[in-house]
Parts: sequence; structure tokens; C-alpha cells
Amino acid sequence: MFKAKNRLGLVFFPAFDWAISKTHPEREERLLYTQDQIFEEGIQDTEGIEFYNPVIASEKDVSRVHIVVPNVASQLSQSHLVAAGGAIRAYKAVMEKEVNKSFALVRPPGHHTHRVVYGGRGFCTVNVGAVALERIRQDYGDLKVAIVDTDAHHGDGTQDIYWNDKDTLFISLHQDGRSLYPGTGSIEEFGGPSAYGYNINIPLPPGTGEEGFLYILDNVVIPILNDFKPDIIINSAGQDNHYSDPLTNMNFTAQGYAILNERLNPDMAVLEGGYSIEGALPYINLGIILAMAGLDYSHVFEPDYDADKLKQDTAITNHIEKLSEAVYSLWRHKKELAEEKFKNKKEVTRERKIYFDTAGITEHQVQKFIICDDCSGLSVIDSSNDESAHILAITVPRKSCQYCIDKAYAMYDSSNQYPYTNVYLQDRCNDNYLSK
Amino acid sequence: MIIGIDVGGTHIDGAVISNGNIVKTSKKITDRNNLFETIWTTLKILLEDIDKSKVSRINLSTTVSTNAIVEKRVSKVGMIVQSGPGMNYDFSRVGDQLEFISGYTDHRGVVVKEIVEDEIKTIRDNFIKNNMESIGIVSKFSTRNPSHEKQISEMLIDDFDTVAMGHSSSGRLNFPRRVNTTYLSAAVNNTFREFAENFEKSLKLEGVDVPIYVLKADGGTMDLDTAKNNPIETILSGPAASFMGLSALFSEIDDGVLLDIGGTTTDIFFLADGVQLFEPLGINIDNHKTLIRAIYSVSIGLGGDSYVRMEDNKLKIGPQRMGPPIAFGGEYLTPTDAMVALGKLDGGNKEKAVLAVGELAKRLDLSIKEAANKILDIMTGLIKEKVDNLLIKINAHPVYTVKELLENKRIEPQFVNVIGGPAKILAPLLEKKFAVKVKYPEEYKTANAVGAALAKPTIEINMLADTERGILSAPEAGIYETINRNYNLEMAENRALEIVRDSAIKLGANKADIEAEIVESNSFNMVKGFSGVFKNIRVRAQTTPGLIHDWRSQ
Repeated sequence: MFKAKNRLGLVFFPAFDWAISKTHPEREERLLYTQDQIFEEGIQDTEGIEFYNPVIASEKDVSRVHIVVPNVASQLSQSHLVAAGGAIRAYKAVMEKEVNKSFALVRPPGHHTHRVVYGGRGFCTVNVGAVALERIRQDYGDLKVAIVDTDAHHGDGTQDIYWNDKDTLFISLHQDGRSLYPGTGSIEEFGGPSAYGYNINIPLPPGTGEEGFLYILDNVVIPILNDFKPDIIINSAGQDNHYSDPLTNMNFTAQGYAILNERLNPDMAVLEGGYSIEGALPYINLGIILAMAGLDYSHVFEPDYDADKLKQDTAITNHIEKLSEAVYSLWRHKKELAEEKFKNKKEVTRERKIYFDTAGITEHQVQKFIICDDCSGLSVIDSSNDESAHILAITVPRKSCQYCIDKAYAMYDSSNQYPYTNVYLQDRCNDNYLSK
Repeated sequence: MIIGIDVGGTHIDGAVISNGNIVKTSKKITDRNNLFETIWTTLKILLEDIDKSKVSRINLSTTVSTNAIVEKRVSKVGMIVQSGPGMNYDFSRVGDQLEFISGYTDHRGVVVKEIVEDEIKTIRDNFIKNNMESIGIVSKFSTRNPSHEKQISEMLIDDFDTVAMGHSSSGRLNFPRRVNTTYLSAAVNNTFREFAENFEKSLKLEGVDVPIYVLKADGGTMDLDTAKNNPIETILSGPAASFMGLSALFSEIDDGVLLDIGGTTTDIFFLADGVQLFEPLGINIDNHKTLIRAIYSVSIGLGGDSYVRMEDNKLKIGPQRMGPPIAFGGEYLTPTDAMVALGKLDGGNKEKAVLAVGELAKRLDLSIKEAANKILDIMTGLIKEKVDNLLIKINAHPVYTVKELLENKRIEPQFVNVIGGPAKILAPLLEKKFAVKVKYPEEYKTANAVGAALAKPTIEINMLADTERGILSAPEAGIYETINRNYNLEMAENRALEIVRDSAIKLGANKADIEAEIVESNSFNMVKGFSGVFKNIRVRAQTTPGLIHDWRSQ
């Protein structure tokens, strides 16, 4: 058998006993055929590829990232904690140098889960990748991280969590929000006052194929990564850009995903969406595993693969070339743009409506970023929903100054219950999470 | 009366069992150059003074296939491999000529691309020209739909001695292992068949007309006719025979460790609630990973005759054996010498042993007694360390459901049972290391032959029922049948148990001996479009592991 060039750790956890509902796309069957393909290919016997079981994420692991209302236990099932724990195990395997790279093939996905959680949205209830990332930051110290989200849907949850975090560059490649859930992800969404330019959206037109994705990768993503110089690159590996996906309109392929992964060369990958469970997932997952392990993936094709049929329209190609230029130019001018945008401001406020489709809850959120000269500053969320919850959530980011930390605790202590149903303090500096 | 014979690398052991008692045993040296004579001599000894008409069966654990593979005395094999899209494989060690062909069946068993007949014909002519004797045919996902393998087999069957097909070896998914297994099966077929036919002939001449069963690596048996068609299942049945012997000598219902400490190696087995563990996928032989079901056993290079020396100022034992112990005429210090020096083991030259241990004692600045004890302490420590490492691996076996993960079922040994030459001497030391009860039987010298005698027919099936395609498959039993849309998990489980029972009877089981059990079962909803909901049902079932009824009823 073969020996992997890169030692690769796999957490393959198909959760064969969990579903959102019997016939929901996020159901027990989702990774069944992927498992068949991985087993049949003999991946278990490949020297250098190690399989790990998930650990179970703790409430604290979740609280490092989320404000779960009213609390973690009431919203998250064991299955969610196992999915997040799967990513934790995979990320730890790399940090502990058990392996060179790792891929958490877990479900359900997580990239639509924002900081505040009232329930499930876009099949996600916990941001699996973010929970794992904050856990390894807690255990292994500060890390400069780039997350590249290759799911067809905008990674709005991850964007929200890292919106004002300069140490976490988030790049999302997705089908244009004007034609697909969740609707966000335009290039203007560029980050908060302390991290302007570190949130990059690349909305692609429906019909984008191998050519377009790889063009963006080579001309935008990789140059930005070269500028940013992260300690770690993470691939939020959604697989619904595939031509056979029932929920999207893209034209990407298993070969394309494998090539993208080889060139992106991520340290870790975590599975997000992808619902062509028979025709695409077995081949994409195999392609990604082989690419990450440094093995030959040139024979990985879907049985119905037809290069001619999947050829990208020239109009799309032209559009993508222009888009590339625009995004890269924004990135290069992020500093000047930030100065202009936030000049003389003491705080920046954003107001949003967020819909939790699984739970059927609408949230109204006002988030205030308090600008500080010495650190990235506090975030204060005032959020209410149509089920009469009204919360105040104060977040102390990593590496905050003592002044901001003291201020956050003072604010938490002086916040009376009324008019809030719950008040939360998320102190990432001291890994301390309070609620009342 | 049952006769059990275990052909090992150095010894051939025999036992006659009657009404749950061992009435006769035999131990002889194996002549590797004349395996048939070796077996025949032992059989004659066992049959002497015995009423041949009362012999109900002969169970034989033989190394015929194993030796053929290890010593490369095998047929010339032409391999036809249909790998479809996926990994790029290197099968250069498989067969004398290997050809990749077009065509593809997917993970559901749907034929995506047909085979090209002209391609096969050209390969066939080429194989004939190159004097290939046996053929192996393997296609990816053939367990889900064997039609390509069968089609190709039809085209070749008349021109070669043997045609082995991938899907008949196992229902488990693992294409490279299926390729290896099919190759080995094609390679040893003629050798085994010749041996089997000779054996049958000789028995007839002797006037013995009893069914013959052959031991498998999973601790079960199959009748000789089945073995002729599937000789590869007979490889490496030796450790399985020892294991079955150990199970017969002790009856356990807890988690535990079984040790067989020999001269060169120590074999380690595990019990989970008293039942053996199996290799997760299959056994390894001659660096080929296969799909052949086997009892999980690990052999380490540590035994009574292992080489003891100082290395980098540390006392080291094994894994090599440099010859017999000094007390028995050898030149290199061994744990056996330590046992002799301590007066724990009779026989051999105690003076020489004391002298040899004494030299080591000087270097360690210890008394002779302390040095000898230190050797045994290190030896038992190494065994404990290995067992602990294996347990970590076993307990980390992958699970795929939230329930299994939360249950976190682990093997936690409550006892250690040990056999082999130094068993009695090492038992108290092992007891200290493991901190659980350590037992050794008084009579264990032919445990493996007893194990062979008491093994019963076994089978495992990996069944898949797909209500959209309307097909149920159980490749190990050669079953591919149609089902209707309303087929459900309960029906599938019942059918699986039925298939296991029927197959066991075909392998020669007594009705009283057959117990079937479900090992794993899952039913998945397959959602098609907006309305269609079908079922994808997976059931793994097996004959319940254990010994034949005659013994248990005692």
C-alpha cells in the first residue's frame, strides 16, 4: 500500500444515529456512502493516515465562542457536542504533532452559527470549527489563523464570530447571496473596526466551475494568505459547490476540490455542508483526503463526470476576473479604508435581523464595538427575539487590555436583570464565562 | 469421538476427545518437507486402539496453505483488476501478471460503465500464452454487485485451473485487501486441493470414513469440500487453535487477557465478556493485508529463550532468539537460564546457568539471585507494557454513532490466563504486574489440539438490503436476491440469522451447535426527490463464537 507524504489524522464521525428529521438533508444517511467509498478504497490501511474518535466538547468549549440562550444544555444535544468534539480532536492531533494535517468529517455542520445562539439555523447549531479553534488557542496559545470557507453558502456564522478579530482572517468563497441562503456575503462585508479587511467575501456567480474556483484561489486567496502569513490555515470544507448538489447552482467537481485543497495546503479541514450524498460526497471527501495526505488523486472522478458539460461560461470567467481584481485591491488598501471609515469614532454599531430557520425564531440584534487604542475593544450585544428573550452579552476578546477587562466586569456587575431576561459575560482573556 | 490435529511450525499436536474428556494426546516434531507424512503419522497414533467407527469427525488445523505462501510454492496467477475511479493503486506484488480493465460499479452496486469483452479476450489469450495457471478477478464494489466478476469468470473458466472472484472472499468493503485475498486464494488453490485429495484417499485406504473439517483463522471450521474451494481461509489457523484450546481449559465470562508464552514468542489474545476479539478487517500474511477473518492475536518476540544482554548500560531481552538457553547447551543468556539459576525450573545445567547469570550480576552490581529476578521482572514488565499498549489501541477503535461514543465501551481485563513452558513460574510475577488474578492450567501441553478438536463451523455475513434497487446481498453466502419496497430492518435481521444458520449447516454444523447472532444493524432512510423514501439496511451477523456442544454440555 501507499505511504502518505503528509501524516493525516481523520476524525470520521458520520453520526449514524442522528438527524434533524427523518427526511431532512442533514440526516443519518449523509455520510453513509462516503464511508463506503473510504472503506472500499482501503484508506484505513494507508500508512500515515490515522483515525481518531471524537472527544465530547464541554459547555465551556462552547461558551468560549457562543452566547447560547438561555444556556448551552438547553440548546445543544450530545450530537452537537460530539461534532464539535470531533473537530477539537482533529485540531489537537495537529497541535500535538501526532500528525501533520487533519480533517474532521463530522456532522452536523457549523458555519452558519453566529455568536448568539437561539436555536438551529442553516442546519447548524454550534460553530464546530470555531469551537475547535478557540479550544486550541486556549490550550496552545495565541495563533494567527486563516479560515478559508469553501462551502457554497456564505459562512455567515464564522464571519460574525471573527468579525472584529485581526488574528483570524476569514475568507468565504460562496454562491452569490442574491441567489442563495443566507443572502449575506457581499464584498462590502469587510470586518469590524479593529479588523477591517480581515473578513473577505468572494461571492461567485451561479454556474462557477473548476476554472473559476481555481482562478480565485490562485489570484486572490493564495496571494492574501501570502501577505497575511498565518500560523495555521483551516479549510471550512463545505462540498455543495458541486455540480450535482440539490440545494445550490454551482459547477465545481471532486477533482477541483482536491486540486484546491492541494494548493491551499490547509493544516486542518472541517466538513461543512454538501448534500449530494451519493453522487458527490464520496468522491469529494476521497479527493480531499488524498490531497491532504499528499497522495495521487488524479483518478478521483464522479462516475458521471463530463468535462465538456461542466465547462465554465465565458461571461462567468470575465466576471470572476474583475471580481478578483476588486477583492485583492480592497485587501491591499484595507488600512487606508479603515482609517477613513472609522476616523475619530469611539464606537461602531451594527444592527441586524437574524432568522433561525430550524427553530423559527427571528432575532433583532444591536452590536456595539467599543474602540480602544490598546486592544481590539469590547463587543456589547443587545439582542431580543420574537419569543420574548432579551439579552445583554459583553465579550472581552483575546488579548484585551486590563482597562477593557475591568470595564466589562463593571458593566456586567451593574447590569440589572431588567429589561434583560439574561445577561452574559464572555471573558476570553481569563477563560471565564458568566451569566445571570 | 472427535480427533483434533494442529500442525504447528515446530510441533504437530493431536488429541482425541470423547464425551468431553481428553482420552489421548500426541506431540511430534513437524517435518516441514513432508507435511502429509507428518499428519499421517500423528493420525495413525491417534487411531491406534480406537474404535474407528466411533470417530464422528476429524478437525485439522494445517499449515499447508500458509507454507505455500511463505515459501512461495504457489501457482502462476494472472490477475484482472477493475479499479474504476478512486485511488491509484500499486498492486505490483500481486500475481505474476496483472491487468487493469475498464468498466465500473459504484458504491450502491449500480453498474456505471460496462466491461469491454474484447479487452478481456485479449487478456485471456495473453494469460494463456504466458502459462498462467490460476486467475483472480476483482472489481471495486463487487460485493455490492458481482456481475462484472461473474461475467469475466464465465469467459475464462474453461482455460485455467482455478478462477477466484473477489466478492466470494468477504462482504466487507476494502478493495486492496480484496485484491490481495483473491490473489492468495488463486495462488494456493492447487496446492491445497492436492493435499486435501491425498488426505481423503489415504483415510479411505485406512478404512476411516468420517467427515473432515479444516480449521480457520477465526477459530471456526469448514468442511473439506468448502476448504477446497476456499483454501485461503485455512491460513494462520495455529493461533486460533491455541485460543480455542485456552477457552476450553478455562471458562470465562469477563474481560481478560490470554497469554501463550513459548520459547521464541508470546502470543497475546483478548476476551471481551468472555468472547474473543476478531481482527477488525482481516489477517496479514507475508506482508499482504487480507480480508480473511481471524481471531485478534499479537505475537511479540519475547519467550523463555529470548536473548538477554546489556545494551547501552541497560538490561535488554529479545526480540531475537540466539539459540537454546545456556543451561540447555546454548551460548547466550536467556530468561530460562534465570529460572534454572533460581532453582524454579528443573532440568538443564544449573551450574552453567548460575555462572552465566553471575556474569551479568557483576556488571549490574547485584547478587545472582537479584540479577535472575531482575531478568524475569523485566520480561513480565515487557509483556504488561505490550498488553497496555494494545488495550489503548483496541479501546480507541472507531465508532460511528453518538450512542456508541457516549457508552464508551472498553475492555478492562479482570484476569490473565497464561499457558506455555514458563507459565507456572511467571504467573506470580505477572500477577504483581497486572494486579489481577493470573491463572495457569496444569495440563496445557496439547491445548491447541484440543482447541482444534472442539472448534465448530463459523461464518460471518455482511448483508445489505437496498429497497430502491430492490436487492438484498450477503456475499459470504453467495446470496443476491430481490426484495420489495416494504422490506424493513426486522425482516432483514431475521433473514440474516436464517442465512447464517443455513450456511453453517452447509459448512457441516450440527443443528444443535448453531447459534446465530446479529453483531451490527442499521437502517438508513434514502430520500429520493421529494416523495420517495427508501431504506438502505446493513446487517452484520455471525455464528455465535464458542466451542461445539459436546464439550460445553460437560
